[in-house]
Amino acid sequence: MNNAHSEVENSIDVAPGDEHLEGSIAQRVIGYLVGLGLAILLTATSFFVAGTDLVWQPSIPVALVVLAIAQMGVHVVFFLHITTGPDNTNNVLALAFGVLIVILVIGGSLWIMANLNHNMMPMDQLMQMQR
Amino acid sequence: MSTVALTESHHGATVAREWSGPASKRIVTGYGFWIFILSDMIMFSAFFATYAVLLGQTAGGPTGHDLFDLRNVAIETALLLASSFTCGMASIAADTRSTTWFQFAMAVTCAFGLGFLILEGQEFASLVARGAGPTRSAFLSAFFTLVGCHGLHVSAGILWLLTMMAQVSAKGFRPDIQRRVLCFALFWHALDIIWIAVFTIVYLLGNAK
Amino acid sequence: MLGKLTWDAVPLDQPIPMISSGVVALAILAVLAWVVIKGHFPYLWREWITSVDHKRIGVMYTLLAMVMLLRGFADAIMMRAQQSLAFHSQGFLPPEHYDQVFSAHGTIMIFFVAMPFMIGLMNLVVPLQLGVRDVAFPTLNSVGFWLTATGALLVNISLVVGEFARTGWLPYPPLSELGYSPGVGVDYYLWSLEISGVGTLVAGINLVTTVLKIRTKGMSYLRMPMFCWTTLATNLLIVAAFPILTATLAMLLLDRYLGFHFFTNEAGGNMMMFMNLIWTWGHPEVYILVLPAFGIFSEVISTFSGKPLFGYRSMVAATMAICILSFMVWLHHFFTMGAGADVNAIFGIATMIIAVPTGVKVFNWLFTMYGGKVRFQTPLLWSIGFMVTFIIGGVTGVLMAVPPVAFVLHNSLFLVAHFHNVIIGGVLFGAFAGYTYWFPKAFGFKLHEGLGKAAFWCWLIGFYVAFMPLYVLGLLGMTRRMQHYDVPEWRPWLIVAACGATLIMCGIVLQIVQLVVSIRLREKLRDQTGDPWNGRSLEWATASPPPAFNFAVLPQVTGADAYWASKQRRLGEEPEYRDIEIPRNSATGFVCAFFATIMGFALIWHIWWMVAAGAIGAFATFVVFAWRDHDEDVVPAEEVARIDRRHWAQRHALLSREAVE
Repeated sequence: MNNAHSEVENSIDVAPGDEHLEGSIAQRVIGYLVGLGLAILLTATSFFVAGTDLVWQPSIPVALVVLAIAQMGVHVVFFLHITTGPDNTNNVLALAFGVLIVILVIGGSLWIMANLNHNMMPMDQLMQMQR
Repeated sequence: MSTVALTESHHGATVAREWSGPASKRIVTGYGFWIFILSDMIMFSAFFATYAVLLGQTAGGPTGHDLFDLRNVAIETALLLASSFTCGMASIAADTRSTTWFQFAMAVTCAFGLGFLILEGQEFASLVARGAGPTRSAFLSAFFTLVGCHGLHVSAGILWLLTMMAQVSAKGFRPDIQRRVLCFALFWHALDIIWIAVFTIVYLLGNAK
Repeated sequence: MLGKLTWDAVPLDQPIPMISSGVVALAILAVLAWVVIKGHFPYLWREWITSVDHKRIGVMYTLLAMVMLLRGFADAIMMRAQQSLAFHSQGFLPPEHYDQVFSAHGTIMIFFVAMPFMIGLMNLVVPLQLGVRDVAFPTLNSVGFWLTATGALLVNISLVVGEFARTGWLPYPPLSELGYSPGVGVDYYLWSLEISGVGTLVAGINLVTTVLKIRTKGMSYLRMPMFCWTTLATNLLIVAAFPILTATLAMLLLDRYLGFHFFTNEAGGNMMMFMNLIWTWGHPEVYILVLPAFGIFSEVISTFSGKPLFGYRSMVAATMAICILSFMVWLHHFFTMGAGADVNAIFGIATMIIAVPTGVKVFNWLFTMYGGKVRFQTPLLWSIGFMVTFIIGGVTGVLMAVPPVAFVLHNSLFLVAHFHNVIIGGVLFGAFAGYTYWFPKAFGFKLHEGLGKAAFWCWLIGFYVAFMPLYVLGLLGMTRRMQHYDVPEWRPWLIVAACGATLIMCGIVLQIVQLVVSIRLREKLRDQTGDPWNGRSLEWATASPPPAFNFAVLPQVTGADAYWASKQRRLGEEPEYRDIEIPRNSATGFVCAFFATIMGFALIWHIWWMVAAGAIGAFATFVVFAWRDHDEDVVPAEEVARIDRRHWAQRHALLSREAVE
């Protein structure tokens, strides 16, 4: 291949964003096209689900979140080339750590704030609720 | 994290390989930037958490349902997604050292990104004009900050994109410039990932009520 | 033209800031004059200010920390004095000033003493321990240091131009909102931390990448020194936690500057969200402070016991467990805010669980010492002092992890005593142990041992005298941050605490004297071989101080305690010397920080054209940096050989002298 990647073959790691360059240019472009296609599909589905009456309403938030996570996965695999191979271990571990912290921050904050808001509701709102 | 890594030798047998020394510059740079991107994701998660907590605090003012124009959001999403694809093309062009394709792909990426920013800017301006600016309520503060922070990142990305185009034009595909292109691509794709969260949580869920 | 800035900003009517800043200004001018007149400025610019060498940057971080320790400690002395005097009296510090003093004390001690000290030691030592030439991103390292210095500078400028925050070291709304803090004080705090926060994040990215990707041949993860593991955990926490701080302070800035409503009383803002987010950062922050200290103690205790660290794998597991768990306990900082029994119970239990891995570490240190040939030199004294003191502090922490107890003791002096107990006993003692331990590596001569021991005892006894009374006061009901009080039972304890602070001051004076004396006596204290303590890890394989490239040839590692094994085998034959590329110096860090200082100051005082100018300057600096063609210098093989041979000749000479004796 070219200079930038000759070092890659020698090591047991690959930089995040680099793909293992077995393919030709055409194959790599197809990879991105597949990712684009899947992403378009998932996006269109999300917009459809959000606006339609055909889906059971209470399931919409869950469906949207699932579709979003799926699309993030498509980006991570097809655009960022993060795989589960041994050369990507550090990259995946870092991503997993980040995801864990995101879940703790968002989930933890939502749970805590919901409890706080409920327990510390201002008096006037409390009275409004009882009216 | 084991003490040795197993790899295949060219005979196909598995060989135990010790840590062979400092990684290459490309791996080091890419990984360091990956860590930065994760830290950026965590920063966005703080803004997301705040948005979720303040979602209902409209202070008698307009809600998301009143304000969001999903057609606009769909176009913004399409633009950003397309720009992610063209950025991928630019990455391939950089790897194969073809200047013309690189500059073309980057220019298209820039155009899509600018289109996104213009639409978002118009949306913000119109909200402010309707009295639904960030100072109206806590919900709107959170909305403008979260979406605006993403927009700021896109703007910074455009600046970086233009700098990369200038660098490649001035100095060609030197290894350090290649590394910067790698980092730029990581950044640009990460911004699209964050946008997925934004359009789902903020716009689609905000409208589904 | 100059925003809100007028001559009124200078507090000419207040003697304390005027006199102290006058003294400091004179000191700075004197140093500058000496530097310029003696012709040292080119050396300083070339070898330190524009250096991208991790060793130089580590020393500068540590120097910043020690200087800021003096400022933070001055604040502490003022507080102790005020509280001894202010019984049925206003003391000598009116509330508007006292509030700034305790706010500055906390802010400086955490952000500009503890953090830079630890980051400095990690920077200095980790590449040497990993057997490599530098960190992953040397120029970025320089940027990180200078941005941290910018933050420290801005906080200190607030003493002379304007005022500081009166909110405490964490600016809770609504007090920190514009309505109740209309002045520039909170803005000084916010911009200073946003800017230095970028510096810290950059250091975090640097060190994570270094530990994970840049180690010498054969150094797998489980062969790394313990200090490198704690560095990894610490910097993972930095990378994960500091973005939350950045976001939260940014939201407060938006409230103050643009009238947003994140944490305001009106329009739906939620002040409790600030507390939640800031402590989501704040709890990992305290582990960021203490984990490097744990690593230092592991190194010191094993070296001065002449034994490998006991239970290495359990230490690694405990460290990574602390890393993950530290993100699951943050609510214990606001048990009393009203989340309810269920939430409080879960976080209380999690807080108790996180004490367990630390307990594992303490036992491992004790078992390391047991059966070893223990040398009671200064670094080990600090370690033993730490173990006793930190256990007490940790135990009081677990006590307050019980929510009903927290309801009684929250924001009392019991809490203040607890966190000083763990921060001084843990972080600061670790910093001093590391400072003494690695000083000879950095500068080529040891610190005076007698003065070091004297300083240690003053600090240890002084700490107990200063802070044990605070536990009693907390149980007697005294709240923190009191400018004056009327309860006679409290007074004797506060006076004892003031005596303790004076003892600590003696300790600090002794440390300053130690440094001066050691420099004077440096030839007598010279470290000839690079291995003054009979160390076990690779930094002791280099000369003191190491050459710019650290190792002439990167070592091949075959086991843990990498240097110890090769030392036992005696010295082999001469390696094959090659040209070495070292990263080129760059003014990027310094210039970037210069523009950041301008931007920060301008943002505080609402001088918008200056903000724009600073921003353009900062961006231009990056573009100039990106455009350079040569980012490395070459040290030719002959030069490498010459330096290396001289080092090994010195070692051989000393070792054969020892063999004869």
